[in-house]
Amino acid sequence: MKNKSLISINDYSKEDYLKILDLAAKFEANPVQKILDGKVVATLFFEPSTRTRLSFESAISKLGGKIIGFTDAASSSVKKGESLKDTIMTVANYSDLIVMRHPVEGSARYASEVSKVPVVNAGDGANQHPTQTLLDLYSILKTQGTLENLNIFMVGDLKYGRTVHSLLIAMSHFNPTFNFISPEFLKIPDEYKLFLNEKGIKYYEHSDFTEYIDEADIVYMTRVQKERFSDPIEYEKVKNVYILRNNMLENTKDNLRILHPLPRVTEINEDVDSNPKAYYFQQAENGVYARQAIIASILGLDI
Amino acid sequence: MTKETKELRVSAIKNGTAIDHIPADSLFNVINILGLDKIDNTITFGTNLDSQTQGKKAIIKISERYFEDAEINKISLVAPNAKLNIIKDYEVVDKKVIEIPDTFDKIVKCVNPKCVTNVEAVSTKFTVVDKNELKLKCYYCEKITSKGNIEVV
Ligand SMILES: [Zn+2]
Repeated sequence: MKNKSLISINDYSKEDYLKILDLAAKFEANPVQKILDGKVVATLFFEPSTRTRLSFESAISKLGGKIIGFTDAASSSVKKGESLKDTIMTVANYSDLIVMRHPVEGSARYASEVSKVPVVNAGDGANQHPTQTLLDLYSILKTQGTLENLNIFMVGDLKYGRTVHSLLIAMSHFNPTFNFISPEFLKIPDEYKLFLNEKGIKYYEHSDFTEYIDEADIVYMTRVQKERFSDPIEYEKVKNVYILRNNMLENTKDNLRILHPLPRVTEINEDVDSNPKAYYFQQAENGVYARQAIIASILGLDI
Repeated sequence: MTKETKELRVSAIKNGTAIDHIPADSLFNVINILGLDKIDNTITFGTNLDSQTQGKKAIIKISERYFEDAEINKISLVAPNAKLNIIKDYEVVDKKVIEIPDTFDKIVKCVNPKCVTNVEAVSTKFTVVDKNELKLKCYYCEKITSKGNIEVV
């Protein structure tokens, strides 16, 4: 993985995932390790994403690295019409690693081609967000003690949600069972069902929460966004169907954990927050360790 | 139809390549993909010729020009059944069929309007993920461009 950009979850093998997760556990045990001393990491956010940026900057700071960059395109030379290529080629002169978020799909892959330093994709439009997937994997491993043979429920917008697509691909290495819960027109796309069929992975689709949730090891919640609905009445009808409430967790398994990539709006009722099965804030914390592990392994730094 | 009358429709060449069984409506795409509009060789073509197997077809003959497989296979996008005759001294010395390559560079437009190749000055690159259905995966945005919406740039 040394000197190799991380652009897509498809860039990493099962062994690569496991190496990163192993390293993340070491950072969690000992988060402050100044191995980035003297190194500069550029965080280029061509669109704002406060949560992801702060998580990366926290990871870099704990490693003792310096941060340069911008927090949205409006405050950068991009506003003056500079091409992505020129921005990347310039910044690559100033930094040892580039972390970038960009609304255009495929922009991170392109940046990795023109950059002389490795690039970490922190989200390229609806395409990929691989560091989110690695922190999801880390959260699952940490709470379940294994990634193998788990029953994973994915809830909400399964059509446009890139986090669920990437997690599905990553988990496919570990013999999972999937249960998909979504409105009809936000169902998991056929290409992913074909993928699961080819791999011989079991999956079930439901239009609302079912009693089967009592079999879940992981419930991965996502936001059903109002903008996805052309008919506002349709949104009003379905918006309450995909809300997780504390009383729904009564008969669920002890090892069940609720994950959510955040930010949450209404899809997880606040009465779930105090339930020990709620894990989304710890999940966000895990993001820092996962990102420390990713940065350290790309820069080839030993701990 | 005898061989002679067929030859008369598109005059014979001494040395070069004849590309037959091009769907008539793909003629200009083939010219475009092979860059035939940018070379100095003598080129003759006939189109809207009757074909026993595919309706109206076109033939292109290019003098003094031979193609690498990687180059000629690009036309599988628009003329998957095309056949090549390699001609030396008025004789067909070799025949080739078109094969779908594993990758397509530069010639196909990505179907995704939000793809970097449609936003910045970036040439497209695709890997062929399904040769039967002709499904191309964009190297950049990872979306699939398939048979029905392939557009040659
Ligand atoms: Zn694309």
